Amino acid sequence: MDAPVHTPALPVVAAPPSIRVAGLNHWFGTGEARKQALFDVDLTVGAGSLTVLMGPSGSGKTTVLTLMGCLRDVQDGSVELLGHELNGAREADLVLYRRRLGFIFQAHNLHESLTARQNVMMGLQVHGHDNEAVQRKAAAHILSALGLDDRLDYLPGNLSGGQKQRVAVARALVGNPAIVFADEPTAALDKESGMTVVRILKELGRQRGTTTMMVTHDNRILELADRIVTMEDGRIVKDTAP
Amino acid sequence: MTALLGAIMGRLPIGWLQLIHSKTRLAAAMAGVAFANILVLVQLGIMGSLNNSILISYDLLDADIMISAENANTLTEGDNVARQRMFQALAVPGVQSALPFYVATADWERADGETTAFTTFGIDPKGAAFLNEELAPFVPLLRLRDTAVVDRGARGVDPDTLASISPGNPLRFEVSGVTLSAVDTMVGGGGFAGDGYMLVSDQTFHRIFANRSTGAPDHILVKIAADADPDAVLARLQAQFDGTGLRVRGFQDAALEDQAYQTTERPTGLIFGFGVVIGILVGIVIVYQILSTDVADHLAEYATFKAMGYGQSMFLGIVLEQAVILGILGFVPGVIVSWLLYEMLGAVTGLPVELTVATTAAVFAGTIIACLVSGAIATRRLAAADPADLF
Repeated sequence: MDAPVHTPALPVVAAPPSIRVAGLNHWFGTGEARKQALFDVDLTVGAGSLTVLMGPSGSGKTTVLTLMGCLRDVQDGSVELLGHELNGAREADLVLYRRRLGFIFQAHNLHESLTARQNVMMGLQVHGHDNEAVQRKAAAHILSALGLDDRLDYLPGNLSGGQKQRVAVARALVGNPAIVFADEPTAALDKESGMTVVRILKELGRQRGTTTMMVTHDNRILELADRIVTMEDGRIVKDTAP
Repeated sequence: MTALLGAIMGRLPIGWLQLIHSKTRLAAAMAGVAFANILVLVQLGIMGSLNNSILISYDLLDADIMISAENANTLTEGDNVARQRMFQALAVPGVQSALPFYVATADWERADGETTAFTTFGIDPKGAAFLNEELAPFVPLLRLRDTAVVDRGARGVDPDTLASISPGNPLRFEVSGVTLSAVDTMVGGGGFAGDGYMLVSDQTFHRIFANRSTGAPDHILVKIAADADPDAVLARLQAQFDGTGLRVRGFQDAALEDQAYQTTERPTGLIFGFGVVIGILVGIVIVYQILSTDVADHLAEYATFKAMGYGQSMFLGIVLEQAVILGILGFVPGVIVSWLLYEMLGAVTGLPVELTVATTAAVFAGTIIACLVSGAIATRRLAAADPADLF
């Protein structure tokens, strides 16, 4: 096993933390093929902040993101999400925690047979409240805010890559999540659209206290981040505020 | 439709939207379900016609009890019964009347070289009461030697020729070297054992089947006195003939036992029964294949829903929603095509093939259940939808 690397001191966070990671280790595979992907990762993320997670491929940033997003079981260490410990949590509880999160994927993963508006409505229906009329209105509102008011009833197949990504962003944000996990959300967008998405996330943090954890290689948006965490070989090697 | 389903389910009808998204795939899926339905319905139709054709023989008669040889599993099978048993039966309290009943198949070699096999009933003209209401009036016509009443639906015979038959314009034809005069026609129908029915007197019957003895009918038909307890009379007759190698059964029971025997123990019934099972299995496999492919194609989208916090029940709901919709959409063309095939089959074979409401309802229920089973199996593939793989 590699020797642990001392992680740099974390900046002081004023708001109560949304995410607290301590001594997190993670492995993939079994037996001889078992390989450690994370080494003793510690990270505390304050509410309302926009944190960018950077690093080369295979550095472990996506693994951290999926563990914090309740998408993988925590094997060793602690991940506390909105006050809930994820290590040892039941699957049913993880499903409930995920409803307070928003996910934006690099591949937008829109449902091809649902219109833009219906895709966004799925982000509301998971909560089981509000009637369809309210959901339709809320979906239209957020899509309009992202410049898609003339594409509400288009199927993803009839949208451009950038438009699809904006629908995916709308779907992630419409349920007013406490935390947004975004994986290369601006990769398919032009500079202007990309900046718009990041500004919206930033504004949500300011207005609603929505925390954003973003994996990106896009240097254009670093200036908007509150914090930039860099990972290498499964360890946090740099943690700075721009 | 989308709005209606949405209102029924209280959520977006994702299963329906997925199905209509790919029209070609939907059409293929519907064709698959329809094919399975046709397979099952046609097999059931033929099986039903077997059942109906068996009962027709019994419906032509009117009796309360039938005395047969122990090995007489059907009306035309088994040993004969000694005529003296009829007199023994008549001595049993509660028995009003009894009749020796003769039945055999007579082949009419037509002028065109083809053969029509008549299931021939030989009846003592004094026993008109043992025929159903439609046949009983023909009995006086049979008193003349070598006269017959033939089936107007007899398979292979020119319908116009049959329609022209009347006492004033009899049809003469030869059977087993005996020239018969058909003086009227009756309603019967072709079955699996014969092409139609022919009614003759017992005397004419023995002229046609010269090797048969008047003292050895195939069955003895019994009528119970109006004031007698049928169960008690049956029990007395059974006691009377206990150990004689005879079966004494209620007439309806005999018909049902004949039906059960022919459908479950004879190759014909077993083959069609097996066809129904194969049809159901084919349907399940087709729907499973369609749904399982659909799940596989949408795995990333399901994984996204999982990441968003949707539970397993939602995915199960989508797949089962698709299963039920496919079942309904495939059933409609399946029934229409089956109905057309029934009509064709009935016209070509003369078999009593009938698409009943009960059969249609049963197949519909079976289709939905089969689709749900397929859907439930297909949902196992959902386990492969891992939201962590989305990153």
